[in-house]
Amino acid sequence: MIKAILIFNNHGKPRLSKFYQPYSEDTQQQIIRETFHLVSKRDENVCNFLEGGLLIGGSDNKLIYRHYATLYFVFCVDSSESELGILDLIQVFVETLDKCFENVCELDLIFHVDKVHNILAEMVMGGMVLETNMNEIVTQIDAQNKLEKSEQITYTGLFCIGQDFSRAGLAGAPARAVSAVKNMNLPEIPRNINIGDISIKVPNLPSFK
Amino acid sequence: MHVVKDLQSTNLLEVCMALTIVSQIFPREMIPAVLPLIEDKLQHSKEIIRKKAVLALYKFHLIAPNQVQHIHVKFRKALCDRDVGVMAASLHIYFRMIKENSSGYKDLTGSFVTILKQVVGGKLPVDFNYHSVPAPWLQIQLLRILGLLGKDDQRTSELMYDVLDESLRRAELNHNVTYAILFECVQTVYSIYPKTELLEKAAKCIGKFVLSPKINLKYLGLKALTYVIQQDPTLALQHQMTIIECLDHPDPIIKRETLELLYRITNAQNVTVIVQKMLEYLHQSKEEYIIVNLVGKIAELAEKYAPDNAWFIQTMNAVFSVGGDVMHPDISNNFLRLLAEGFDDEAEDQQLRLYAVQSYLTLLDVENVFYPQRFLQVMSWVLGEYSYLLDKEMVEEVITKLYKLLMNDSISSETKAWLIAAVTKLTSQIHSSNIVEKLIQEFTTSLDTCMRQHAFELKYLHKNMELMKSLLPVDKSCEDMMVDASLSFLDGFVAEGLSQGAAPYKPHHQRQEEKLSQEKGLNFEPYGLSFSSSGFTGRQSPAGISLGSDASANSAETGLKETNGLKLEGVKKLWGKEGYLPKKDHKTGDETEVSPAPQENMGMETIDQTLTTKDHSQVLTQSKEEKEKQLLASSLFVGLGSESAVNLLGRADTVSHKFRRKSKVKETKSEEASSAHNVTCSSFSPLPNAMYEEDYVTTLQDGGDKELEKLALGSELLASESLTELPLVEKLSDCSLSAPSLFADSDMEVFQPSPSTTASFAKEISLEASLLRETAECLHSDPTEICNNEIVSVSSSKIWKDDCLLMVWLVTNKSDSELKSANLEIFPAENFKLTEEPGSCLPATEAENTTTFQYNVQMEKPFTDANLCGFVNYQMMDTVCVQLEFSVNLSLLDFIRPLKISTEDFGKLWLSFANDVKQNVKMTDSEAGLPSTLKTLQQKLRLHVVDIIGNEGLLACQLLPSTPCLVHCRLYADVLALWFRSSCPSLPDYLLYQCQKVIEGS
Repeated sequence: MIKAILIFNNHGKPRLSKFYQPYSEDTQQQIIRETFHLVSKRDENVCNFLEGGLLIGGSDNKLIYRHYATLYFVFCVDSSESELGILDLIQVFVETLDKCFENVCELDLIFHVDKVHNILAEMVMGGMVLETNMNEIVTQIDAQNKLEKSEQITYTGLFCIGQDFSRAGLAGAPARAVSAVKNMNLPEIPRNINIGDISIKVPNLPSFK
Repeated sequence: MHVVKDLQSTNLLEVCMALTIVSQIFPREMIPAVLPLIEDKLQHSKEIIRKKAVLALYKFHLIAPNQVQHIHVKFRKALCDRDVGVMAASLHIYFRMIKENSSGYKDLTGSFVTILKQVVGGKLPVDFNYHSVPAPWLQIQLLRILGLLGKDDQRTSELMYDVLDESLRRAELNHNVTYAILFECVQTVYSIYPKTELLEKAAKCIGKFVLSPKINLKYLGLKALTYVIQQDPTLALQHQMTIIECLDHPDPIIKRETLELLYRITNAQNVTVIVQKMLEYLHQSKEEYIIVNLVGKIAELAEKYAPDNAWFIQTMNAVFSVGGDVMHPDISNNFLRLLAEGFDDEAEDQQLRLYAVQSYLTLLDVENVFYPQRFLQVMSWVLGEYSYLLDKEMVEEVITKLYKLLMNDSISSETKAWLIAAVTKLTSQIHSSNIVEKLIQEFTTSLDTCMRQHAFELKYLHKNMELMKSLLPVDKSCEDMMVDASLSFLDGFVAEGLSQGAAPYKPHHQRQEEKLSQEKGLNFEPYGLSFSSSGFTGRQSPAGISLGSDASANSAETGLKETNGLKLEGVKKLWGKEGYLPKKDHKTGDETEVSPAPQENMGMETIDQTLTTKDHSQVLTQSKEEKEKQLLASSLFVGLGSESAVNLLGRADTVSHKFRRKSKVKETKSEEASSAHNVTCSSFSPLPNAMYEEDYVTTLQDGGDKELEKLALGSELLASESLTELPLVEKLSDCSLSAPSLFADSDMEVFQPSPSTTASFAKEISLEASLLRETAECLHSDPTEICNNEIVSVSSSKIWKDDCLLMVWLVTNKSDSELKSANLEIFPAENFKLTEEPGSCLPATEAENTTTFQYNVQMEKPFTDANLCGFVNYQMMDTVCVQLEFSVNLSLLDFIRPLKISTEDFGKLWLSFANDVKQNVKMTDSEAGLPSTLKTLQQKLRLHVVDIIGNEGLLACQLLPSTPCLVHCRLYADVLALWFRSSCPSLPDYLLYQCQKVIEGS
């Protein structure tokens, strides 16, 4: 069973955390910190598996992680999961994200965290792997997006009268922000904002090291 | 509720979302609200809905297994679903359930094998391919399930050999995910009943993993090696050079895995090298988790294989100073016990102890070093006990050192208590010392009460040297001291007090109960007591005979507390040689089975040769490095080859265990019977509580509680009926005569140790007779055969006694020769407490005769279904011992008994319970009225019908030992509304399920 799925960036800022077992808010934070601590000090050319970490629950559990550009994807699983299987599941997850967001980057995870959660919910349900077929997941997500949009239009109809903003307008804002950032040329970004290599570059991943 | 609305929606997406939410956030209380809706979804036309519904139900199964018991059939349907995704989802459930109880699902092996065959054969739609591998995650899951099913089961394993072979062959190594499948395959091959060809192939695969340049695969390869090393040490020999390289790998995880592997192959010859490597790693790592883990392993290896005293003590010193306060407390306790109990050779023991004392003195000489508290405690105990081995003048010096430590501020008060205990012990050996005087002065005014008490004790003992010497004998830490823990010398005092009108002593809990009942005016708790009060007369033991010692035995509690604490050896039972030895035996057993030793040696040689030839061809510098590694390799793997070779020769255990413990058999003390208690204790040493906490608690529970209970009963009886000694005994023998079966039930344990005539009478009754009478009196099941072979057959029967479940096993000897030492043993199960009936074990079973074994089964914690496993072993004439295993299924229903209460009590009790469950059940037979339905429930579930008022009925039952559950039911037309209330949260669910079964089935 998968106990938790964590995504954080190189500086330990959590971008997504999903726990499939009840932990208190404090423990969750501690787990994220501890996991980051464990994962971040690993070199690039070592194995993708880690054992231990006292908080998430002793020797039966293992951490399986992958590092893409600025982000760490960490799955905490118990002994009933296969290490290599999970490693490929992470790959499937990232590729699906890439398909849904078109060239996914860290900002997508910040502005569309709800969508990321939806994608994850399609893949893993209650700690169990539900679907590993990328096309299935994408279809399902698209359908959800459509439903969301149609509901937003009805809402807009309700709210539009006499109001300057609408839910569609609000929801559209982050998307515009992301595309604006994506379309910017990197050299023009002011020096003091360090975005770095924001693109995760999934398509030509070294498949396995 | 939104979720319910969404679940009923016609929009697919809304249903999907609702199912996801249900599996994410639903607490167990809300499950009944959506359960029927989700069950319906299993028949939905869309596969995605079915899939999610299966997983949602699985989630329910995890958090509240009682509520989804009835849908196991539907899971089977899901397994046969036409959509692969739904089938894959149901595998999660099966994996879990098979892991819990593999024997119940053996019949599905065929289906799993067929599914895997189809998947491997590429029969699935292309959609399921991942990097052109068909459904890899599905394959992994199936392989794991097969591994669980085929474990130790030849017949089931035979079914899967073909498909495993196919998987191994098909997995072409081109992508990461095929390695994943391959790895699972290898694991499965090694966990099922072995087949040589498959093992060979799997071993080759492991080789590929280990030698792979990819680091993830190397890690898994090492893991697999660790896993199989006990079955097949040759494999480690083949890869020894790789293993050596991994020891110096830059990745700490790989290094740790290698150490884990080495730990498994440690023997007396390579122990020093391996422990040294482990210590090196230990010094580098800073993570607590790793330290705790590794320290335990080093301590275990050191204890098992230590080559000499000096090495052992030094290794343990390293363990204590690094592991310090994070390590498991058993390690230090074990170490001390080892020193104290000694081994077979007395001279050697003294040497070891002397060495320990000397090494600690040198350690303490070093200035400005900080030792962990735990280490200091160990030191102080050893110095206190064994400084007498040094010269007389040295003892004074030791005391000075301990005093210095005592004055150190950085030392915790717990350690200080250890230190002062050591000083006390040493003081008895010297005549007078200024330091001791100073110490007494210092600490009699200490703010720490514990220290002050110890200081005063020391002060008064110091005045009376004779007493001190008899109290603190030298080197007697393992011998028991006789202490009159019942404080019978106070009897006169108590009697005097009583005669002057003082109230008899009441234990704390009894006082509290009385207070409670006075306050509330309602009788709350005695449910547990009152309904069993019928059994009180029988249960009354002669312990309550004398009021004087009775009352004083209560205060023996305090006496126990003091003396008990001095027991050092109580820790033994938890962790120790006994725990590890079987593992070792198992290992050697396996080796003889699997590995052909001569080949192995040859293999090693050839490899060595090839390596040396390689060496020669290489550059000089490199070969030097290589040689070093080889040297290491030969020292690491030295024992492996020879050990198994020896095994083939037939000598079972050549590895000399240096520290083999003397077996100490402790007789169980009959604490209940008389007022004179013999309590074991070691030499007087006022150690702090923490040291013996566990020990104390258990003894208190075992002895103390029982005693308290009985005394409470005793005084109650005496107070209420004012019985004197004689009538009581008479009454006892009366009831024993009228109902001899009483002696066979759990009350027996109270009777047995008593020297009265009643007990001996009980023994005379032959078991057979008592069994027959019992079966006539109580409800019982017919004996069913649970296992057999050509010689014996074992059948079991359940007898539902009023206060426990009595399991009877009948072992029948079908052959015409005598069976020697036939014995039946039950494996301890976490849910039950088993008590063997006296006299149930007969050493020899005559030809064509039946022996009965009886066990009292008490439930420790609620469960729904559990297996009780055990085995019968016997010896035929002089041939080998044969063992036959069996298991019996027990359900919660076996522990349900009617609860006979009045309607009034029912009403009171009803209000006091918090857990309730309501459900409407449709009756199939609408003609049957309420009374007949209740009657059925009474017969089938052993519920007691309290009252029937119009169309409402009240039922009550109790879960043994004393958890009541009340049922209120009301009949409208053909619907029976059931309402359960209990103090136990899971009981209502379970009963509801059973009631449903009965009502719908009737």
